[in-house]
Amino acid sequence: MSTAEQQSFIGHVGYVLRQNPVTMIAFGMLAALVFCAVFGPSLVPYDPLASSDKILQPPNASHWFGTDHLGRDVFSRVVVATRLDMVISIGAVALSFVAGSILGCVAGYWGGWFDSIISRGLDMIMAFPLFVLAMGIVAALGNTVENVIYATAVINTPFYARVVRAEVNIRREAGFVQAAKLAGNSDLRVVALHIFPNALPPMMVQVSLNMGWAVLNAAGLSFIGLGVRPPTPEWGIMVAEGANYIISGEWWLAVFPGLWLMLAVFTFNLLGDGLRDMVDPRQRR
Amino acid sequence: MLEIRDLRVQFETRNGTVDAVRGIDLDLARGETLGIVGESGSGKSVTAFSMLRILDAGGEIASGRLSYGGIDLAQADDAAMNDIRGREISMIFQNPRAALNPVRKVGHQIEDVLRQHAQATAQDARDKAIAALQEVEIKDAAARYHAYPFELSGGMCQRVVIALALACRPQLLIADEPTTGLDVTTQKTVMDLIQALAQDRQMGVILITHDLGLAGMYCDQLVVMKDGEIVEKGAPGVLTKSAAHAYTKRLLAATPHKGKMLHELVVDGTAQPLPAQGELLLSVQDVTKTYEGKSGAVHALRGVSFDLHKGGCLGLVGESGSGKSTVSSIIARLQDATTGDVQFAGASLFDVPAAKFASDPRRSQIQMVFQDATDSLNPRHTAAQCIEEPLRHLAGIGRRARRDRVQEIAGLVGLPDTLLSRLPHQLSGGQKARVGIARALAVEPQLLILDEPTAALDVSIQAVVLNLLAELRHRLRLTYLFVSHDLAVVQMLCDNVVVMRSGKMEEIGPTRDVLASPQSAYTQQLLDAMPSPAH
Repeated sequence: MSTAEQQSFIGHVGYVLRQNPVTMIAFGMLAALVFCAVFGPSLVPYDPLASSDKILQPPNASHWFGTDHLGRDVFSRVVVATRLDMVISIGAVALSFVAGSILGCVAGYWGGWFDSIISRGLDMIMAFPLFVLAMGIVAALGNTVENVIYATAVINTPFYARVVRAEVNIRREAGFVQAAKLAGNSDLRVVALHIFPNALPPMMVQVSLNMGWAVLNAAGLSFIGLGVRPPTPEWGIMVAEGANYIISGEWWLAVFPGLWLMLAVFTFNLLGDGLRDMVDPRQRR
Repeated sequence: MLEIRDLRVQFETRNGTVDAVRGIDLDLARGETLGIVGESGSGKSVTAFSMLRILDAGGEIASGRLSYGGIDLAQADDAAMNDIRGREISMIFQNPRAALNPVRKVGHQIEDVLRQHAQATAQDARDKAIAALQEVEIKDAAARYHAYPFELSGGMCQRVVIALALACRPQLLIADEPTTGLDVTTQKTVMDLIQALAQDRQMGVILITHDLGLAGMYCDQLVVMKDGEIVEKGAPGVLTKSAAHAYTKRLLAATPHKGKMLHELVVDGTAQPLPAQGELLLSVQDVTKTYEGKSGAVHALRGVSFDLHKGGCLGLVGESGSGKSTVSSIIARLQDATTGDVQFAGASLFDVPAAKFASDPRRSQIQMVFQDATDSLNPRHTAAQCIEEPLRHLAGIGRRARRDRVQEIAGLVGLPDTLLSRLPHQLSGGQKARVGIARALAVEPQLLILDEPTAALDVSIQAVVLNLLAELRHRLRLTYLFVSHDLAVVQMLCDNVVVMRSGKMEEIGPTRDVLASPQSAYTQQLLDAMPSPAH
């Protein structure tokens, strides 16, 4: 990409942000989340793992989100957990994006037997209740962060593959594809460099929705005891642990990590339209 | 019956307000046919849409009076407009397939309109719908009642759309490019049908078209529009013979018809001398193509043979489904033939299968310009990237040399440097066509296959592009295979012509002979269907 094109792309991103205040807010919230993920551990007032004798204190000036049953600061734990949850969701989405794109391109472009086998395979994954499938994968492979990422990636791949398959399939006979063949491109180059990029706008919408699901999914697995283990700070575990205390009036243990989780999912979902407009050249004037 | 005074229509867009129609006056009497002629962007369709108040989002009638039988259409409320649409004023759209609901039987769609305007009851709707289909001369209307739009040909679909539009016996019919996507022979029958029905019912017709020849044949009054204004109006006979306005003159000149020379299409054009023909370049020998369809084998090509000499130009003429595009894509090595052989410069092209031809040294020798310039350019690539693409793989030259070559070839086809960094959607139709031609010429091919390169263009742009092609052929000693449905265009550019019909060759010979004394009845039929403004 030449510098002129880079500038026009940056200009276009700026235009999309100015045009749509919702996109602007979403990107602002994403920046805050990324900031927490990168700098969170060095900024928080307390060690997220250190217990103290101030147990189950309600929110106050020195502990904004209160403290838990071991006297750990909930605010510090919530902020520090951002990194782990973001790594899981971005990792899982990136994996399923790549796997889904490859499978979808093969199925959509070459069709025939490839298409039948890939599509039926994906249908099989979709036929399971996806969360139960993820539980099964983590339970079988072992209780680690990597396996949570793999499990989340597996259950999300069919969505990407289906979008890409449809987008590639409708463009297979397009004029610009034939022109690319006339220009001496091999089939692989045609599909990877000419057809696939045109599938990016709808894919971006899928990515943003999926990021939210991935965060929820990771938190959900931790909530039921699969995936991340205590005492590691993670939103799902914190909600799970806090749930026991809601009944006795210590609501802050579950509510704050839950709110943070909701905010993250909300941010990702709002990103969709903006991301789509950014990667769609037709939006440029 | 219809009186329009000082109509102005505006659109709110991202780049401010656009005046689509700037104060036009129109009158139409009962039983009269009015033709609105203009090129894309002239505001002719917007004028029609504003009569029915079906403007796209952001468009509004800024001022003016649209009086229809005493009612001002610009002021009428929505309920009144719903009554008028379909029952008083009806419309036929450009793409008949898109105008029909793909999942409902055509008979039911006609019933819907009849019931909507209380013209039929549940008991007699079916009979009335069949009667409406019979009126548009659909054979076996009772059976067609059960057909879905995809089961009908383009011409049939347009007949159904006409039946829909006329089912409630409107007083005024607006036909917006009713035959643009149709074959010439179908175009003639559809237009004859509209004319006959209009005379029969004393119905007013507004025919919107870019084709002056067509409008001249079927209209009592013509108005020529440009940039939202009427530049000239008058009776077709008068207008075509003694046009006063420069734009009308240019439009008239650019309209191809039988016997016209290529350079006459543009103002101060010069005739290109015919290039001398050299040795045999391309020899197509009894090529057939058979597909495995759901209901047995489909014979797309049943034996096609012709020769093309270096420096020559062969026209491949036929209507949709004739197999002309299949031939061109087989020669371009985008697909394989079932049997037969194609010799290119003495060696068989079929030695290498189409799927592997991308890496064949002859790839750069055979290039193609596609029918739809919009569809054939990757929406994510700039004009420069599009032109550079074949150089990247086939020329084997460095980045700097490629950039120079792109600029050189862009200059050759008349594409300014400033446009090279634009994306396809930022270019006009004519500019996109130039990008397509530049891309095909970039690797200096010997044979250029032109697959209806001007079919989607306005006549004035078509005139310029055709002249450009003739000039390039002369200057670069190119050999053309020109695929078209339009005999009028072919006769200006090609020395030889092949007429095709349902996968077979109907006629082959020098263009002049074929046009002067066609041997086949089908060629005669094609010639008869050509509209000509000079009558």
